[in-house]
Amino acid sequence: MTGGYQAVLDAVTRVRGVRGAMLVAGDDGLVVAESLMEGVKGNAVAALAASLAKRFRRASEAAHCGQPRFLHLQASEGTLLAAPAPSGMLLVVVADADVNVGLARLEMLKAAEAVA
Amino acid sequence: MADDVRAMSAELARDPASLVFLRLGEALRLRGQVEAAAKVALAGLEHHPNVADAHDLYARVLADAGDLDGAADEWNIALSLEPRHAGAHKGLGFVNFQRGDLDAALDHLELALAADPKDPAVVRALATVREAARQAAERPAAEGASGGAATGVFAGLEGAEDRLLLVDPRGRVLGGGLRTRKGDDVAEEVAAYLAGVSQEADRTARLLELGEWRWILAEGEAGHLHLSVPAAGTLLLLVRDRAVPSGRLAILAARAAEVARRWLQAQSL
Repeated sequence: MTGGYQAVLDAVTRVRGVRGAMLVAGDDGLVVAESLMEGVKGNAVAALAASLAKRFRRASEAAHCGQPRFLHLQASEGTLLAAPAPSGMLLVVVADADVNVGLARLEMLKAAEAVA
Repeated sequence: MADDVRAMSAELARDPASLVFLRLGEALRLRGQVEAAAKVALAGLEHHPNVADAHDLYARVLADAGDLDGAADEWNIALSLEPRHAGAHKGLGFVNFQRGDLDAALDHLELALAADPKDPAVVRALATVREAARQAAERPAAEGASGGAATGVFAGLEGAEDRLLLVDPRGRVLGGGLRTRKGDDVAEEVAAYLAGVSQEADRTARLLELGEWRWILAEGEAGHLHLSVPAAGTLLLLVRDRAVPSGRLAILAARAAEVARRWLQAQSL
């Protein structure tokens, strides 16, 4: 993992309630860098998150809503957030259900911009 | 008035970068000289692309000319530059009212009033839209009581035919509809892309031990998509302009989900 990617992930995981974060290659769903809690199957989550993001990108474009800038999956016991980076990568965050989504979103959008 | 216009025109000729174009454009607009006002606004925007008032002026000119989509775009730009811009919220309130989206109209007008509590035009507009919303809320009940012909899943809700879509997990449309601003029907296409989302969301939530997934929000460059599960085996998609806050989307989606559940129960009887 490069120091640059680590710094990007660290900025996001500092938000209270964020359990972990990873950078995923948007096209194939492979993990580029990760900072996840133990026991999480990073590769599987990356592939599914990338696939979800791709489906929503197509749906959003078909609905003339443009490309998604931010995705938020809310579940009963946790949250999955994703922000596509201009580079084509996808920043994925796993967080508690009651995480401050507004703050996490801001950090994620900044981090996504910073991913070269 | 004519003297004012002449004086402002002269000032702008001396200094093309002067902000006097804002007052000049508005004066021309009020005199009904829409083309001249448009030229002044566009020339001003070339010098001041990051001034929210300039986009607000051009938006009002476009609205006068009947170009509501263009006006909405300009007001959205104004809000991206100045999120509490009262004129932009007022304008978007008007546009959404014209489009029949009373919820969005109320959102914007309330924000306009918060930004400028003494604007009588906003107070009047709010009263008008609230009354329209009240009548709209009563309509489905009255139709139901009289055995009316309202058969759509979301009859009575804003966007019932063009921004609310009920689909099954295999991407087939069950009810509602989805159209672009230009009126193109994109329901089937969007439903097809959403096929399989439920299973993938299930698997993702299970892998991460997140419990049961409840909804997914996608913030797009021009609009937001909110997807939820109103009942087993169905997906509810709600599409709204990007100016609608995400918290508001969740409320609208919850209301639509309740309506969808009732409709699904009625279908199975």
